[in-house]
Amino acid sequence: MTFTPDIQAFCCHYTSQQTIAEGKEGLKEDGLPANVTFNRVVCTGKLQVSTLLKAFEEGADGIYVVGCPADKCHNVKGSQRAAKRVDAIKKALAELAVEPERIEMFHLERGFHPEFVEAAQLMNKRITDLGPCPFKGEAK
Amino acid sequence: MIIADRKPLDEIVGMVSDAKKILVLGCRGCVTVCSAGGEREVEILASLIRLGMLKQGKKIETIEGTLVRQCDKEYIDGIDEWEGQYDAIVSMACGVGVNFIANLRPSTNVYPAVNTSFFGGSADQGVWMEQCAGCGNCVLHLTGGLCPVARCAKSLMNGPCGGSVNGRCEIHPDVECIWQSIHDRLGRIGNAEAMNTIAPIRDWSTAGHGGPRKSLRDDLTI
Repeated sequence: MTFTPDIQAFCCHYTSQQTIAEGKEGLKEDGLPANVTFNRVVCTGKLQVSTLLKAFEEGADGIYVVGCPADKCHNVKGSQRAAKRVDAIKKALAELAVEPERIEMFHLERGFHPEFVEAAQLMNKRITDLGPCPFKGEAK
Repeated sequence: MIIADRKPLDEIVGMVSDAKKILVLGCRGCVTVCSAGGEREVEILASLIRLGMLKQGKKIETIEGTLVRQCDKEYIDGIDEWEGQYDAIVSMACGVGVNFIANLRPSTNVYPAVNTSFFGGSADQGVWMEQCAGCGNCVLHLTGGLCPVARCAKSLMNGPCGGSVNGRCEIHPDVECIWQSIHDRLGRIGNAEAMNTIAPIRDWSTAGHGGPRKSLRDDLTI
């Protein structure tokens, strides 16, 4: 049976400009996998660990965060903070014997560029290869 | 403040693996300041426990709560709010809080979610350093305010030892030789001659070697 992962992307206002300008259809034409859902936040530095964990609880197979380049964040250190939180979740996943690569941080330039869609494609390929998230096993 | 670190998740999940409903209980005291067991950490741990149980194919309900302090009887009574709603409490307080709940709720399972590490202070964002050993017989007035009991690897009363090199401790180059710092500081404050005084053999009976310690203030008891 083919597995289509549920991938949740959390992007800041600046790095997700392409999603707004092109819309879902436009991004699809650029090659964005349809199973990637975007969650826009004002700054990735505002993302809490608990928000990302909740996405796993709600059934995400993979999660990624897109923030500004580490040294060029609009809010100075927002994307650096996000990267730290993503790292903390990677460690927690490893402690729970779940593949840490199910969550990833990307630092991308704002505006329109192929890397934005490439990040989604990379995660889609990675999570498809990994298979369904172990948290999704049927609870007794 | 008391510094604590979250226990490994497999250990915590293992403690509650038979429970159906748990109260994850934080403390707004020291463990909030050192980011080990405050409101935010309670939210994160509750989520991680639920995920850990899901990984095992089990479902667990969590209640999240945080008390002003878990080391004070009057504040612990706050858990009455959730009475009858949980099988066990996972406390994110230091060991004092866990003990207090265990003492005051004799029929309730209480599990520690953190390892209580030491008395320390924040050296930098996200970094805490041990500063006090709670030995019960403070000598800071003799050592320029720097504690050899907590901060010397050997708890020497007459240091430095022969392993001190360029102001660093022989156990690790990242660790300062506190006796070198004591010497330097006593010099700066015009009290270098204090280093010539030989400290007598120390009486460690106040340091917990005689069983649990107790502090009693007659003027406060009723």
